Amino acid sequence: MEHDTGGVSTLSTKIVVNGTPQELTHDVRTTLLDALRDHLGVTSAKKGCDHGQCGACTVLVDGRRVVSCLSLTASLDGTEVVTAEGLGSPEDLSDLQQAFVDRDGLQCGYCTPGQVCSAQAMLAEAAAGMPSHVTDPSALADPDAALELSDAEIRERMSGNLCRCGAYVNIVAAIRDTAAQRAAATGASEEETS
Amino acid sequence: MRPFTYERARSVADALRRTVGATDDGASAAYLAGGTNLIDHLRLGIRETDRLIDVSHLDLTEVTELEDGGLRVGALARNADVAAHPLVRRRFPVVSAAMLAGASGQLRNMATMGGNLLQRTRCVYFQDPSTPCNKREPGSGCSAIEGLGTYNALIGASDACVAVHPSDLCVALAALDVTVVVEGPLGERRIDFADLHRLPGDHPEQDTTLDRSELITTIEIAGPGFAGHSRYRKLRERASYAFATVSVAAALDVQDGRVADVRLGLGGVAHRPHRARRAEDALRGGPATHEAYAAAIAAELEQARPVPTTPTRCSSCSAPSRRCWTR
Repeated sequence: MEHDTGGVSTLSTKIVVNGTPQELTHDVRTTLLDALRDHLGVTSAKKGCDHGQCGACTVLVDGRRVVSCLSLTASLDGTEVVTAEGLGSPEDLSDLQQAFVDRDGLQCGYCTPGQVCSAQAMLAEAAAGMPSHVTDPSALADPDAALELSDAEIRERMSGNLCRCGAYVNIVAAIRDTAAQRAAATGASEEETS
Repeated sequence: MRPFTYERARSVADALRRTVGATDDGASAAYLAGGTNLIDHLRLGIRETDRLIDVSHLDLTEVTELEDGGLRVGALARNADVAAHPLVRRRFPVVSAAMLAGASGQLRNMATMGGNLLQRTRCVYFQDPSTPCNKREPGSGCSAIEGLGTYNALIGASDACVAVHPSDLCVALAALDVTVVVEGPLGERRIDFADLHRLPGDHPEQDTTLDRSELITTIEIAGPGFAGHSRYRKLRERASYAFATVSVAAALDVQDGRVADVRLGLGGVAHRPHRARRAEDALRGGPATHEAYAAAIAAELEQARPVPTTPTRCSSCSAPSRRCWTR
């Protein structure tokens, strides 16, 4: 619902953030990143470049990774947003968050919430068989081909998240560990049910 | 960002009505789809609008088959979804490959097909409002011609503008038979892809031939023919997430050692995605050899006008082209 308040338009938008329904009234120009940080106090999404180039603001909208700095809140009415806080808490880290700790996949930590959100969605994309730029051309042209999540695949798929500390090697290791653990868990549960 | 109003369009007709209505009131209007280019430009002040018409929720996201084996792709389908679509991967691998070579996973999840076609042709000066730029402010001058010109256009540039089109997808589409379907105040219009984008000439502020209120609804890619044998190669300054220094989309039909047919698009070389017709003509009917491919690229680049800031760009075209042929 739009209100005109002397030149600046405001709007009410309903979104669910980390499982909690929120209704916020905001300037129509407000990005999701600013809504999260300045309206809702959800500060894990970081403002790095504010131009969609660094990935520090990456969050999940309806399960898909996006850069929240280029997402307009007004356009997201009715969506579900998940940030790093929604994946796990300090007392109860997600498997991926724990892997980042175990592998030292961070130094200053500024890019880490975005890295974790991006990796969470990226693992789902790979599990769904989505190809990447480094996928072999014959496999790209064959949707039934099996996809192996090699280190090269992980690096390419994570290229939208910059880390100026250069923790890339350990970030890749953390994601590789998580992929392997999840694959093993899926295999084990399939064995149980068969 | 300068203030604007936000309106969510309920249908294509509703979107057009709102845009035409705004123009009738003397106001400006802009369509919002994925927003990856527009929101950035609104924030930088490169683009201003009185009314933002959000079309991103319109039901134009399907990929369906044409009778000739081609595909109709809804203009609001997301780049990531189309790149991963089984029919696109099987029939037009060059389209999937081109999109996967562009931007990042996050941006491909947001960016739409129609929006990809309409991202602004640009250089670093266009993105920097503190500098003169004929594309941003007609008549203000071009900072790139004698400035940082690593990415300046090689083909079809003018004294007013030397910027290049940034899209990877469009390079692949330039090499295929593509029709862009748009809705405007006068109804539907079907545009040959080759006629969508402009060379700069004296009006670099105009990237496309679209009227301001026209909305892309569908992209039709005609029957695959030999497009199943197609590749996309991109040369850039880092391995991922960077614009092309040069890119090549190629589809090749070789029969008995001869080039029965060929399609070739070049990216990063011109104000619009460049269909390399001279190279195609040089190859068609001739031997399918490395020498012939190299000669064809050289023939295409006879029209190139490299400037001192782009000394290696012409030779850059040959490596990705070669890799298209050999893999």
